[in-house]
Formats: sequence, C-alpha cells, structure tokens
Amino acid sequence: MAGERPRVGLFVTCLVDMMRPSVGFAAAKLLEDAGCTVEVPQAQTCCGQPAYNSGDRADTRALAEQTIRAFEGFDYVVAPSGSCAAMIKEHYPTLFDADPALKAKADDLAGRTWELTSFLTDLRGMTAVESAFTGKVTYHDSCSGLRELGVQAQPRRLLASIPGVELTEMVEHEVCCGFGGTFCVKYAEISNKIVTAKTDFILASGADTLLAGDLGCLMNMAGKLQRRGAAIQVRHVAEVLAGMTDQPAIGEAADNPARRRA
Amino acid sequence: MSSAKQQILASLRRSLRRSAPSAEIRAELEQRLAAPCANLIPQRAQLPHAEQLELMEAMLRELKATVVRLADEAAVPQAIADYLKNENLPPKLRLAPRDDLRRLPWDRAPLLEIEEGIAEAADATSLTGAFAAIAETGTLMMVSGPEAPVTLNFLPENHIVVLRASQVTGTYEEAWQRLRAQLGKDVMPRAVNMITGPSRTGDIEQTILLGAHGPRRLHVLLVDDRPHGERLG
Amino acid sequence: MESTSHAFKDNARAALANQTLQKAMKHVKTGFIDKRAKARARLPEFDDLRDVARDIKNHTLANLDFYLERYEEKVIASGGQVHWAPTGEDAVKTVLDICRRVDARVVTKGKSMISEEIALNQAMEAAGLDVVETDLGEYIIQLRKEPPSHIIAPAVHLTKEQVEADFRHHHRELPSERSLSQPEQLVAEARQMLRRRFLEADVGITGANFLVAETGTSIIVTNEGNGDLTQTLPRVHIVVASLEKVVPNLEDVSTILRVLARSATGQEFSSYTTFSTGPRRPEDLDGPEEYHVILLDNGRSNMLGGEFQDMLRCIRCGACMNHCPVYHAVGGHAYGWVYPGPMGAVLTPNLIGVDEAGHLPNASTFCGRCEAVCPMRIPLPKMMRHWREREFERHLSPPAVRAGLAVWAFFARRPKLYHFATGLQARLLGRLGRAAGRFDALPFARGWTQHRDFPAPEGRTFQQLWAERRGGRQNGKPR
Repeated sequence: MAGERPRVGLFVTCLVDMMRPSVGFAAAKLLEDAGCTVEVPQAQTCCGQPAYNSGDRADTRALAEQTIRAFEGFDYVVAPSGSCAAMIKEHYPTLFDADPALKAKADDLAGRTWELTSFLTDLRGMTAVESAFTGKVTYHDSCSGLRELGVQAQPRRLLASIPGVELTEMVEHEVCCGFGGTFCVKYAEISNKIVTAKTDFILASGADTLLAGDLGCLMNMAGKLQRRGAAIQVRHVAEVLAGMTDQPAIGEAADNPARRRA
Repeated sequence: MSSAKQQILASLRRSLRRSAPSAEIRAELEQRLAAPCANLIPQRAQLPHAEQLELMEAMLRELKATVVRLADEAAVPQAIADYLKNENLPPKLRLAPRDDLRRLPWDRAPLLEIEEGIAEAADATSLTGAFAAIAETGTLMMVSGPEAPVTLNFLPENHIVVLRASQVTGTYEEAWQRLRAQLGKDVMPRAVNMITGPSRTGDIEQTILLGAHGPRRLHVLLVDDRPHGERLG
Repeated sequence: MESTSHAFKDNARAALANQTLQKAMKHVKTGFIDKRAKARARLPEFDDLRDVARDIKNHTLANLDFYLERYEEKVIASGGQVHWAPTGEDAVKTVLDICRRVDARVVTKGKSMISEEIALNQAMEAAGLDVVETDLGEYIIQLRKEPPSHIIAPAVHLTKEQVEADFRHHHRELPSERSLSQPEQLVAEARQMLRRRFLEADVGITGANFLVAETGTSIIVTNEGNGDLTQTLPRVHIVVASLEKVVPNLEDVSTILRVLARSATGQEFSSYTTFSTGPRRPEDLDGPEEYHVILLDNGRSNMLGGEFQDMLRCIRCGACMNHCPVYHAVGGHAYGWVYPGPMGAVLTPNLIGVDEAGHLPNASTFCGRCEAVCPMRIPLPKMMRHWREREFERHLSPPAVRAGLAVWAFFARRPKLYHFATGLQARLLGRLGRAAGRFDALPFARGWTQHRDFPAPEGRTFQQLWAERRGGRQNGKPR
C-alpha cells in the first residue's frame, strides 16, 4: 500500500558511482532517516547530459529511455545532484515530442524526480538532520540546481540545524564555478579563469570546508583549490548532512592528519 | 510594391508557413490597433495627484535634476534669475516661442536677457515648457511643434523647464492618451522627447558623468496651477 | 564587419593574458549587475512585465508582415520614406544613394549595432564621406579603429588611461599640457570636439530600438543626447533598423521600455527616449527635411518560424552579457564579430553561419544566468544547444570529440558493460591515486590537469559497494 514509507529509487549519478560512492551512501542514509525505503536500480548509468549538451540527441534519447524504464514503479526518484535531477525533470519531457507514449512516461518520471536536499525539506518536511560534523563551511550554489530547480535555501536550512556547523557565505556563491561539463576541458583556459575567481572567493570566506550539491562542480573546485595549495576541505553536502565524513575529503590523501572531524 | 519589399514579405510568409493574413486575422489586428489597451501598469504612480507631484519631485532629484515648487507662474522670472545667479551662469535665456512663456512678468527680472527661437550654438541656457510629465520615473514629455523646437532640449548646456502641476500624470500610458486627445488618434508630432534627467554617460570605466552631449543641468520649475481647493489637501 | 569568430579560442587566450582588458572588465560586474538588481527590487511588477513583454513580441512576430506594412503606411503618411533592404549590401547602397543625392560630406552617427553588422561606416568612408561616431564610447573606438566590445557600452574594454592616450594622440589642436586623467575631463573634451561636428553634419544616421506600427514612429533610447543631436540638426535623418524592431502600439512599447533601461543599466528610464515620426512639419522650426527608414532583413526572416525565433525578441539591453561568466573572463572582442556574450552566441551563427561562428554557442557552461536576467524571457542556453545539435548533425565537431562521445555513449547505453568498465577504471585510478588523493597529471585529461588536480576515485563504484553492503534490495521491480 502506498503512503507509509515511500519507495525511493536512488539516481546515483555517473560521477558519484565512479568517483565517490560515499555520497551515494550518505544520500541513502538521509533518505532512510526521512522515512523512505531506498533501492538502487542497476540499469542506470548516466542521465545523458554529456550527450545532450554536445548536441547528440539520439544518444540522449536512448539514455533517457533507459532511465525512464529503470525507474518505473518508484514513488520518487532522488538524485544527489541538481544538474542530473534537472536533466530528468526539465529536459527529458522535451525529448519525446514525436512519441506521445514515451513523452507521457517522461512527464511522469519528471513529476516524481527530486534533487536530494529539496526532496528532504520541500517534500518530506525535514527541518533538521542528525550530524556531529563540526566546521566552518561555505556553500556553492550549483547552477542547474539553483536556476532550474530553485535549490538554494534547502541545503542551508538543513546545515543550519547542525550545532557544530557555522555557515559563512562566500561572495558570489551563486555564480558559476566554470565546470559546465565538457566546457572545462574544451575551453580549459576560460574555465580556469572562472574557477580561479571562484576559488579566490572561497578562500576569502575563511571557511575550512567547501560544500555543494553537485560532484562535477565539487571536483572542479577541489582540483583548483588543491592545485593552489589550499588546505580547505571539499565535500558533497550530503556527507555533512548525514554525519558521514570519516572518508577523505575530495582529492584528499588517505592518510591526511588534518581530516578528523565527526 | 517594390521588389525588395515583395522579397522580404514573401520570405516572412514562407517562414510563418502561411500567405498574407486572412481577413479575419486582419480585422482582429486592426481592432487591436484602433483601440489600444494599456498592458500591466505598475502600482507605483497610482496615487492621488498631490502624491504624484511629490513622487515627480523625488524622482527628479534622484536623477540629479533640480526642482523648485512655485505657487504661481508669476514667480517664474525671479526664480530663473535666482537660479542662474546661484549657478554662476550668465543671465541669458533662449525661450521657446510660446505665449505662456512670453507673457510671464519678465519685468520682475530686469537683468535677464531674453531671446526666442531655436537654440543657437552659443546659447548657454534654454527655457521651455513641457507637454506632460510622468511621475512614475520623473520623466518630462516634450512634444515638438512651432512653439517647441527640439534643439532647445539638447543644445544648450542648461535646460530650464516650466512644468505645470496639471501636466503631471502617473504613467506613460496616461500621457499618450493626452497626446492622442490633443492631436487625434495615430497622429504624432515630428518628435516626442521623453527626458529623464540631464544628459549622462558611463562610457569611461562605468563612471556616471553628467553633460555628455545634451544638457548638464536640468532645472524644473513646478508651477502649482491646481485650483486652490486642491492645494490645501 | 569581418569576423574572427572562428579564432575564438586564440582570441580568448589573448584576452585572458591582456592585463589592461582584465582590469577594465572588473567594472562590468559592479557597474551593471548591482544596478540591475536594485532596479528590479524597486519595481515589484518587474518580472510580470517581462512576461507581458515576451507576449507582446511573440504576437508581433506571428503577424510581422501585417505590422511592417502598417508601419510603412504610417511613415509615408507622415512624410517619411521607407526602403526595404533584404541584405546588408542593399541597405548600404540605399544609404550611399541618399548621401550622394543630397551632396553630403559630413555624416554623424548615433550608436547603431546594425550599422556595424552591415559595415556601413567602411562603405561610407570608401565613398569619400566624413563619418563621425557621436556616442562617446563609439567615438573612442572609432579613433582606435576597433569594433565595439559590448552592445550598449562599446568601450567597456578600455581603461581611462587608454582613452586619455587616444585623445592626446588624436586631438592635436588642443594644448598638450592640459590635464586629462579624470573621466570628467575626458567627457568634457569629447563634448567640445563633437559639438562642431553635430552642427556641420549633412546627414544623421541612427538605429532604432523600436518601430511603432500604430504611428509610423522610430524610437531611440540613449543617455548622452548625441542620438537626438544626430537626428535633429542635419537636413537628412536616416534610420537603419532590422525587421524585428516593430512593436504594435504606444502602450506596447511603453511596457517594453519599462524593462529595457532597468535591465541594461539599472536606470528607471534612459535620459532620452525619443519618438520620431517623419520629417519636420511645415510649421516646425527645426528638424530634418528628409526622414528615411531602411528596413533590413539580413537573415531575420529566416529565423522566424524556426528554432531560433525567440531570439527575435531581443531588445539589445546587454543584460545577458553583463551576467555571463564567460563574457566577464574574455570580454566582447573575443567573440569576433558584432554581437558578443550569450545573445551573440545565438545570433551570430544565424547571421554569418555556424561554420564560422560555431565556437560561440559551445563556449558556455549553460549556467543559465543569461536566461534568468533576460527581460524578454529568451531561452538562450536552449538555443545554444540547438546550435550544438546542428553542428553534431553536420559533423562539425572535432572528430576526436565525436569519437570520444560515441565510445562513452556505447558503454552508457549498456549498463552491465558500463558497470564493468567503470569498475575497472575506478579500481585502477583509485589505486594509483590513493596515496596523494589526486593526480596532477593524467593521460587523456590534459585539458583538466593543465589547470587543476584531478581527485582520485574512491576505488570501488557505488553499484559494486551497494550490492555488497545492501544485498538483495537492488532491483527496481515494480510492485
């Protein structure tokens, strides 16, 4: 019977799957704390953004169809990524104008799909999380989550509920970090200029931890911060919200003594 | 019809995947043109007239125009003489050739040299009336005509405007209605200048500076021509 | 104007290294972004007005043939003349014919992006005319023989020191010991130098922000007053405007004007918004004796009814480029043609072809800030993506990129194979990167590692770990 414990299909995202599974586990814990059951369909690989933004509609449609089928039957589909959630919610329905049956399924999936922090607060009504994390954090608003899905207040609300967290806003927290998928390698010098400006602001904020909701952005910013020799740690916001910060921060060496938080 | 025109219209219609508009569509479009409706109007200037006057003044000051309220048009010449003296400007004026400016009591400011007509290169200061003003943004609406040459609004470095309270409306839409009422529907003068503050530029390092090519100073004499009963409100 | 858009990457590289440019570009953020935000905050109806403005333009575009014909009728009825120009060459020829017929020698110009598009100044100068740009920014870049780098602030890429150097170099008749280090002094000098030119002009040429069909009126939106002096003092006024500038009536244009200046500079209204209809009337004391409007197509009619129609709603406010991180990084000249920033990325391939201008819609992170601030609700990233689709269909992307994408897609569409391959990759890179936690160099990833470290993967994929730790609950079987 539907209702008591919603059945959530976790959209892992290709980057979390390959680069940082701990984000996926943190997301699953948060979803279970929010009263959901969590399953992970194996037939998922990628939401299709790389193909979509390269103009390859055929592969995009194929991956969208694959995703739609993989997530049939779940009450909700939740992704620890604003850009992947936006791809499914905002863009999948536009791919199937020539196929009404598939379009209907895309619309249906879109209606059930959520970015993680938005799902927890806006849908499940969570106002607090249990986390022993301590630190001075600054939060970067990833573009798709912010502008396509309106994700901005939600992660901050949950972070504010953690007693050990002090949130300090960086200047231009809502401005692009320069990742943009393939942009960061195709126009590497321009991307570098943008991420240099971004990391200037991150460092000026005085935070010891950088958080965001999208792993692409995080890898981009972490990579630059580390190239610049900065000590600030970079994590996905789910890790802090779930109180699961034992593993090294993004790009951090396994035996770094600096990381001893929660 | 010129062939260039035919070519362009044909290209448009090809793209729109239709031929010329049907009689039905045409009638709708004609109707829309014949009876224009205001679209969304901001609340800001939907105010009683006395508050619109205050809004107009506040907006002008914010624009770095200057504004003085006068109880009576008879005070205009003296007010101008004072202004020019305070600004260290020569006591010379180029007047717009209109009766309501000519008949002002200029003998009350005997030191002022007055000439009429279009602006000449050497003119430092012009004096014009206005057709209407729009409180929403502190905008003056000037309508060209034999009594209102356009060069007076742009050539001199200083522009003084006699604006009557009754000319102040809330919105652009109201001002256009007034113009239509005066000239007839679909008839326009050669130029309508909506002037919102003095001339300015930000072209050097985004620093805003006044007096690029048009007037550096815009001085408005707001003459209260409302019936006395209204003023006390 | 000649295009260097194909060399966007080289242009961008030079721009990034140009310290003077980078210094000047800092002003774009503080100048435009904050001011627009303040103006928007001050007008509660602002976002609703954007929706209405979009609807007005959509209505007009759907009936563009009707409104253009009505506009022409009214211009003629007021004593003006209308010339239809399918191409830029047609427009240029018309201008030269008019100038020749009236024996023009000096031509003043208000700022007009269209005139850049059709290389009008070059053609007039080649015909022996003395052409004077009168907008301060345009005047400066005319002295420098440069194109504009922003659609409303043409000289935004310059520092005041550069302008001072240009003025000293070109205004030889002025005393060399004069002080010129302050912006006020530069503006005063430009005012002085241009005043004589305004008065001696035979023909004045402006663009038009809008053309009003109801009354046959052209509108210019300026702050300096140069546009008004350009169109009032000479004997002949020529308006060069593209087809999509038409708006049905005065109420409609008032609505759009409410979002224009606020989006562009954060002003409530521009200093001078002027509505011109026909030549001087018999009883007027000043004004041009002849009034001409050249209606330019140059690719607009092709954009109607297709994927790029929404771009025709653009009112040239510049808000998109003011908020664009790519534009901030490289400035306007890098884009290589008339229109920079996001609107340039969409429009330029439409006007000069995607073969030449393909880099422009690709050089975007799709951050979406442009669309978020566009007063006419133009979906700019979506249309940039359309260009990428066209390029993909036509195999215009670099072969290596296409091949890489094909390999990736091959795997991504086959989950089992994908999970196997990613498992291997995660293990390999995880092992190699465990000690340091990251890579400062990686084969095939030079684009990344040139400028940043690459974080090492954790070493197992999520799918593998979930299967191990959570056992049977992994297949999304419907209830």
